[in-house]
Amino acid sequence: MSALTGVGVSPGIGFGPAYVLTHDTPVPPPGARHDGDARAERARATQALEEVAADLEERGARVGGEAQEILGAQAMMARDPGLATGVAELIDEGRSAARAVYEEFGRYREMLVGAGGYLGERAADLDDVRDRAVAVLEGLPMPGLPSLAEQPYVLVARDLAPADTALLSADVVAAFVTEQGGPTSHTAILARALGVPAVVACLEATSIPHGVPVLVDGASGLVRPAPLAEEVTTARNTASAREAVLAAVTGPGMTSDGHAVPLLANIGGPRDVDAALKYGAEGIGLYRTEFLFLDRMSAPSDEEQEAAYLDVLNAFPGGRVVVRTLDAGADKPLAFLPPQEDEPNPALGQRGLRLLRAYPQILNAQLGALARAASQSSAKLQVMAPMVATAEEAAWYVAVCREAGLPSAGVMIEIPSAALRASDLAAEADFFSLGTNDLAQYTFAADRQVGMLTALQDAWQPALLDLVALAATGAAERGKPCGVCGEAAGDPVLACVLVGLGVTSLSMGAPALPAVRAALSRHTREQCLLAAQAALAAVSAQEARAAARSHLPGLAGLAL
Amino acid sequence: MAERQVTVEAEVGLHARPAATFVQTAAEAPLDVTIAKGAGQPVNAKSILAVLSLDVRKGDIVVIKADGDGADEVLDRLAVIASAP
Repeated sequence: MSALTGVGVSPGIGFGPAYVLTHDTPVPPPGARHDGDARAERARATQALEEVAADLEERGARVGGEAQEILGAQAMMARDPGLATGVAELIDEGRSAARAVYEEFGRYREMLVGAGGYLGERAADLDDVRDRAVAVLEGLPMPGLPSLAEQPYVLVARDLAPADTALLSADVVAAFVTEQGGPTSHTAILARALGVPAVVACLEATSIPHGVPVLVDGASGLVRPAPLAEEVTTARNTASAREAVLAAVTGPGMTSDGHAVPLLANIGGPRDVDAALKYGAEGIGLYRTEFLFLDRMSAPSDEEQEAAYLDVLNAFPGGRVVVRTLDAGADKPLAFLPPQEDEPNPALGQRGLRLLRAYPQILNAQLGALARAASQSSAKLQVMAPMVATAEEAAWYVAVCREAGLPSAGVMIEIPSAALRASDLAAEADFFSLGTNDLAQYTFAADRQVGMLTALQDAWQPALLDLVALAATGAAERGKPCGVCGEAAGDPVLACVLVGLGVTSLSMGAPALPAVRAALSRHTREQCLLAAQAALAAVSAQEARAAARSHLPGLAGLAL
Repeated sequence: MAERQVTVEAEVGLHARPAATFVQTAAEAPLDVTIAKGAGQPVNAKSILAVLSLDVRKGDIVVIKADGDGADEVLDRLAVIASAP
């Protein structure tokens, strides 16, 4: 099989057997029959169902909590005695085990769907159990991801949902390859957070056969199935040589002439703190708190929230931790809130701060827990609101934070209107943090989840750079800091340009920190300024990138 | 044949956690146990799919039956689960 190429979104070299994630288990054809030994076929069916039940229980035991209850109930479905009787009868009539399982599950499925409501929703759980059992019987990989592996695998999928990836770590996954997605898709963000190489927008990746060894270069975007041993060695050597150069630069972020640019880490929960410390983050620039709220049937308790915040604050004594209050809605619905009205464009709907204004009890509980956590720690807690569009919204959020006893309240600049009127917003807020992913999505009217629109998601687009400049200037007019916590901050070349545009701190997935630190340390603030001006003068993303590089000679020594 | 008639009090009816607990408890008993909604057709109480399919809501009356040694004890335990708020 020849090499494939996609967009490299998380650098590094990954190598391991392909694990091709499928969500569609093929339907066993109607009329599929066994070879005549009904007894053996019944035993096969029983064994497959038991295997599925045991696997679900084991996964449940590992995650605990509500997920364990859901998985436990699914295991009971696989072990259901009524179902087993029905399957056995169908096999006795001559149907193959896979077809019998499929049909018998279908009978219960109809009953559940017919009842609607809660039971209707259980049909999806039932389908999952059915697909797993059919997959076992057909000798196919079980749908869903193994969260333990003998050796780390290269995860290949059309696209990955956050739920697919909740249990993954760098010990399990050697690299991600998806057919869809762009540099700002969930896969890309997750991969960078885990420090796992990733390639997205890689067409036909799912045609790689299951189990075939794959070499993935997360910088160049090259995906090589069944590579030669020399290719793997060469790729690994190149990557480690580059890492050694980058690791040589340590200490706080600054330009070569001593202009300080604090380098912070983006995290999705306490589990990412180790990586932030390992790569020398000076603090946390974006603590996403969604992990506490998504995929659960009730809101997290005050105590649970407080503990999760305190864990992170305690990791940075005396340092800065910027927590983003819950950013839900759109692609991140909350199960414990009433379902939202059908939103034709959820990304343009009631999400982020808009959702929090509709459910102030959630915001108040979160801010209260944050304030209590801050009072027990020496870290400097800052909080910020997602999806702020107007100065009025900024003022409302800051007032609520003040009331909760939180002295530093900022807003994220993710909507063009907020960047355009940055000075007005900066009059209300204590600081800005620019989220370049959403800002690009809304500036170019290009959904960040759509792989085909990757070019419009490019943070080098001059229109996006214009908005960054506006936001940074507006903040400076009011004497307020303006950081960038979008993925753009992790591009070492763009990081220099952002500093030139007036950005005051950079926050990124922790593994990107060394390259950004090294790039800044090799250039003066003046060089960054010139690079920024050159990028602003360009008319395309490619031109902007090339123009900026011509003013940043230090990049050559970093192989960037 | 021993039997109990119980009004289901849980907000979620005999779904979700109550259903799982009910079925798990029935499955541990070494005898046949059935459950019916009102005067409806009894189903195997050890089958989560059958119990869910009854679609028992809060306020519904269920009839639980068992036959054999220790039937009363099993039914008492199941009645407590089914009637728990």
